[in-house]
This record gives sequence, C-alpha cells and structure tokens, in this order.
Amino acid sequence: MIAENIVHFARVLRGAGMRVGPDRVLAAIAAVEAVGLDRREDVRAALSAVMLDRHEQQTLFDAAFEAFWRDPKLLEQMMYLLLPKVSGRGDLQPPPRASRLAQALAAPRAAEPPTSGERAKQDEIRFDIEFSFSERERLQRADFETMTAEEFALAQSLAEHVPLPIEPVLRRRHEAASRGNPDLRATLQRMIRQPQMLTIQFSRARRELPPLVVLLDISGSMDRYARLFLHYVHGLTRRHLRVQTFTFGTRLTNVTRLLRDRDPDVALQRAGAQVQDWKGGTRIASCLDEFNRRWARRVLTGNAAVLLVTDGLDRDDRGALADAAARLHRLAHEVVWLNPLLRFDGFEPKAAGVRALLPHVDRFLPMHNLESLIDLGRALRQPTRSPMSWLH
Amino acid sequence: MNTAPQILPDSVDALVALLGAENYLCDRRLATALFLSLTLKRPLFLEGEPGVGKTELAKSLARAMDAPLLRVQCYEGLDVAQTTYEWNIARQMIEIRLAEAAHDVDHDRLARQLYSREMLIERPLLQALTQDRSPVLLIDELDRADEPFDAYLLEVLGENQITIPELGVIRAGAPPITLITSNRTREVHDALKRRCLYHWVEFPSVERELQILRLKAPGAPERLARQVVEFVQRMRTLDLFKAPGVAETIDWTNALVALNAIRLDPASVSDTLGVLLKHQDDIVRMSHGETGKLLDELRARALLD
Repeated sequence: MIAENIVHFARVLRGAGMRVGPDRVLAAIAAVEAVGLDRREDVRAALSAVMLDRHEQQTLFDAAFEAFWRDPKLLEQMMYLLLPKVSGRGDLQPPPRASRLAQALAAPRAAEPPTSGERAKQDEIRFDIEFSFSERERLQRADFETMTAEEFALAQSLAEHVPLPIEPVLRRRHEAASRGNPDLRATLQRMIRQPQMLTIQFSRARRELPPLVVLLDISGSMDRYARLFLHYVHGLTRRHLRVQTFTFGTRLTNVTRLLRDRDPDVALQRAGAQVQDWKGGTRIASCLDEFNRRWARRVLTGNAAVLLVTDGLDRDDRGALADAAARLHRLAHEVVWLNPLLRFDGFEPKAAGVRALLPHVDRFLPMHNLESLIDLGRALRQPTRSPMSWLH
Repeated sequence: MNTAPQILPDSVDALVALLGAENYLCDRRLATALFLSLTLKRPLFLEGEPGVGKTELAKSLARAMDAPLLRVQCYEGLDVAQTTYEWNIARQMIEIRLAEAAHDVDHDRLARQLYSREMLIERPLLQALTQDRSPVLLIDELDRADEPFDAYLLEVLGENQITIPELGVIRAGAPPITLITSNRTREVHDALKRRCLYHWVEFPSVERELQILRLKAPGAPERLARQVVEFVQRMRTLDLFKAPGVAETIDWTNALVALNAIRLDPASVSDTLGVLLKHQDDIVRMSHGETGKLLDELRARALLD
C-alpha cells in the first residue's frame, strides 16, 4: 500500500519537472520502511533525502508532500489544472526555424534591399529606441529574425577559429609532455617494458581556457549588437562546455540553459521569450551588484574570466557602478570589456559610466562599426588595450 | 584497536541521542537523512552555507560510532595520487636495481613484484575501503575540486570499489560511511548526486542555536547568549554577502566573553564585528547604522536593557 503511494507520489513529482527515476522510487520505499510510518515528519525527511538533489526543489517538494499525503486525488487534479504543459511535453509548438531551412533548400541569391519607405520607418523606430530612455522598465520581448545560413556558418567558424580575448590559465592537473617535470610513475612503467633503458618521461601543468561568464547588455542602446553577440555566444556555448551567459538591461537574466539548444534559432527564440527587458534602459550597477551577490560565487569558480559586453551607458549612480565593478574585478580572474561603440571611430571615454568602469577591467576592446558577424570577428582579432591608457 | 562489532543506531531517536552525547545537536530532518544513509548504506550529500556544521557532523559521527575518520579535503587539481593511492616509486626503483644487480631480470616476475600491494601507498579513499571496521569517510568541500574528480568518485561511491589499472579491483570489506559536503560554489554533477542521499543543512532555529551555544561556549552568561543568537539570526535576514554561520556565532560569543562583555552594546559589537563577518563591505554596512538598528530592535523586545 505504502509502496503504491510512493510510486504515485514520484509520478506527481516527475510531472512537476523533478527527475525522480525508478531507482529513487526503490530507494524511497526502502527509506520509508527504515524510518517507519510513526511520524509524518520523518517520512517527509526520508522522502526528501532520497528524492531531492538541489535545495531549490525543497519548496515544490514540500507543497507536493503536504497536498499528496492528505489527498492524492486532489493533488493530481491540481497539478493537472496548474501545469497543462507538463502533462503533454510533446505537444509544445516547435519554434519556427524557417529561413535557414528554406534558404538551405533554395539556390543562393542576394538579399533584397528593403524598400525606402520601410527603411525610413525602421530608422525612426530605432531612433526612438536608442535615444529615449523610458523611466519605466520597458518589458519587451525580442523579435529575432531567424538566422540565415551564412550567418550560421559564420557564427560557428567565429566561435571555432577566432581566439577569445582571454588568457589561458595554468591548471594543477598535469599532462604528458616532451619537457617539464619528470613523471616518475610513467618513467617506471616505461622501464618495465625496457629495463635496460632509463627514459625519463615528463609532464607539465595543463594550460586551458578558463570557464567563461558572458554578461551581455541588451538595453536599447545595445540593441543592434545584442543579436550579433548572442549568435557568437551561442557558437561558444556549443563549443566550450563551460560558458555561462547572463543578459542584463534593467534586470539580470541567466540564459545559459536556453542557449544550450543546438539550433541557434530555437536557442535565440527561447532566450528572446525569457528575457523581459530587451531594448529598455540600462541599470548596469544594480545588475552587476545582483550578479555579484547571487551568482558570482557559483559561476566564477576555476579562475573564470568575465566577458562584459556593454557600451557603459548607465543610468544608475556612478559611485555604485564603480563599487559593483570593483567587486566583480576582485571576484573574477580576469574581466575583459568588449565595448561596441556607436558608429564613432574616435572613441573618447567621456560618459560617466565608461569612466567608472574602465579602472576595474583588465582589458578593454573597443569595437567600431559592428554591422555583422564578420565585423565582430575582425574586432575580436584586434589586440586588446590596457584600460588605463584611455584615462589620462 | 576496538574490535567489537559496530552497532548502527536502530532509530532516528537513537541517532539523535548518540550525536547529542558527542555535543552535536542536530535537527530531526538531518538526523533522519543521516539515519537513512547508515541503514541504506548510501553516501550522504550535505549542502549548505559555510559554518552550519557539515564537517562537524562527520567528526561527531566518527566519535559517536567509534570509527576512524578519513578525510579528503578537496581542491582544484586533486588527483589519484593525493586522494587514492600512489606507487612507492623509490621502492620500485630499488627493486629494479636489485634485479639488475642479481642479473635476474625476468620481465613478468619483475612486473608482478613491482606492482604488488606492498608497493602501494594508500591515501584516504583507498584506506576507506581497506579497513576492518566501517570508517567515516568525509569528502569535504567537493565543490572546490574540479569536475573530473566528481567523475572519479562515482566508482567509489556507487560500488565501494576502486580499480587500479596495474593491480585490479579493490573492494571494500567494510563499506565506509560516506559524507560529502559542499558549499555550493559550483553545481556538483547529477550523476554523483543520484548515488547519494541529499540534505540541505539550514541555519538552526533560535532555540537550537541557543542550545548549541550553551554547549560550545559554556562561559557565556545566559542573557548574553540569547542576545547574541537573536542578533545573529536577525543579521541573517539582511542581504549580506556572507551571512554568519553557527561557527561564527560560537566564535563571536567566545570573543565577547574574552572581552568581559556581559551584554551587547554598540561599542563591543563594532569592536568584534570582524569575528562575525568576513567581507569588508558587510562590515562597513553593519557599522553604518545597521548595528544600532538591530540593537534597538532587541531592546524593543526587552531582550536588552
């Protein structure tokens, strides 16, 4: 009887998105038998010890437990009403992936230029976005055009061939090498095979790229570059295992999971749907502060480098920005700032936000005239400049 | 060496009492998780803020069960040589040299000799599998190690065995009682968590923290202890970079006692804040008004005269 209930309960949790496999069900039955059914709290503790694997699930588990061990039927109905998506995970609408597919099928052809009327209208909208800061948070969803086949190929090759503007770090783990420290264990194994010869084997500390944390500004003034960078970051996420991506405008959003999708269009659509502050204002200071508090300790491990993509135009208080940036600088192994500048070639760090940020980054890479991924690739190949050289 | 067979506590209450005898007060949920870990012979994965007594639990358990404690302190780049075993290379070299000097180099025999059990230097993970009595194996701060180490642990945790390529599989006669702790500076792999029982260690309630203080800082007057606990508990609700753990509460109380404080006042608090808070920003924030506010709150609740 109790076993049946546990099986049922596990199904409910699974429906709510927790990964409770049959192995855990078996363990749960054994666990409940071990603690006995005398005390409800013990049963709850036993089940939660077996079925949880992170702290965030506790709330969900507790709610489910409360409801279930009173009336299993009721809970099931509630779940059914509340989580229609869960019951039919297969029914989710497949996100559109039109243009790349269509383009791949059709013969290559030059893109048609937009008619002049359309262009004027676009410019007007853009003007509105770039130069008017709405005090209210502009909760907006991004509308990504789907990626063209060339863009896709380019983003992939960028991620693969263009070196990242971060330094590899030395690890404590060693690998076999032709020179370095003598590796006695390997040397001895060699001697077993050829006892007459003493061929000393070597190993050395491994050099590898550190984990990467991308902080991407998606506010109005960054609008035209955000998509570009997201494509690039998607390419990176596919290539390196340890890329964490956050977007920020007026709020900070972790989009790492969303970018894991193999298909860039799906990934970007999802990110677009999740992030709520596209093209709004910027609060760099409060977003950096939130990152420092909530995420830094969890994602900045293993000498992680931070890639900060922003134009530094901030509405927040300047002192707060300097403080948040200084703290980020202390937490991260390296902070590299990529600054896509608004069309101007001669960059002067005049904006208060820019002057506040510059002393707290390790390297600074200004990028001019970013129109496409090709430009981004070119800009990434430029040598970075020491940030202090900009401040006289 | 004690050779009496180990007796596992037969109920959650028995375990609470057992740990209580070692001055470790744990809440019932934690005790239940630990009890299950003992009965079901599964590792227990403990996560929680630093300073809530995760490591202390392993130590107390080892004392309570009269079992040896084997500890692996994790850090980045941890490898087999430091955690599991290492070949005694100096001895192996001598062995080869002796064989050469005797003009008796028989490859197979030499290889067998060089890679025998005697040539092995055991490190904590391997020691944990070769004891007569089940030891307590503490894998501390697993989040500090890198991901390859998680993967390496799977065999030990899942099967209680270690494969040494040159030697074969070593299985545990008396499987260890394994506790893994993590401060959660990174997410540990699901495959590893799946082999464990999971428990998030919370900050204790006011009453329990007070009991802990009575045990660990017996010199503190009752009234001061209560003020300290209420103050710290209130502090944890502030949005600090690092909320003080139980360990800090104990240290702070001892510091106050050492300074002959009999009650909390702004001066003694600000003098000793460094014991409680380890981030400069937090200290600055507390010294700028927050301390006074919290003390006023305590006074309003008649805890402070």
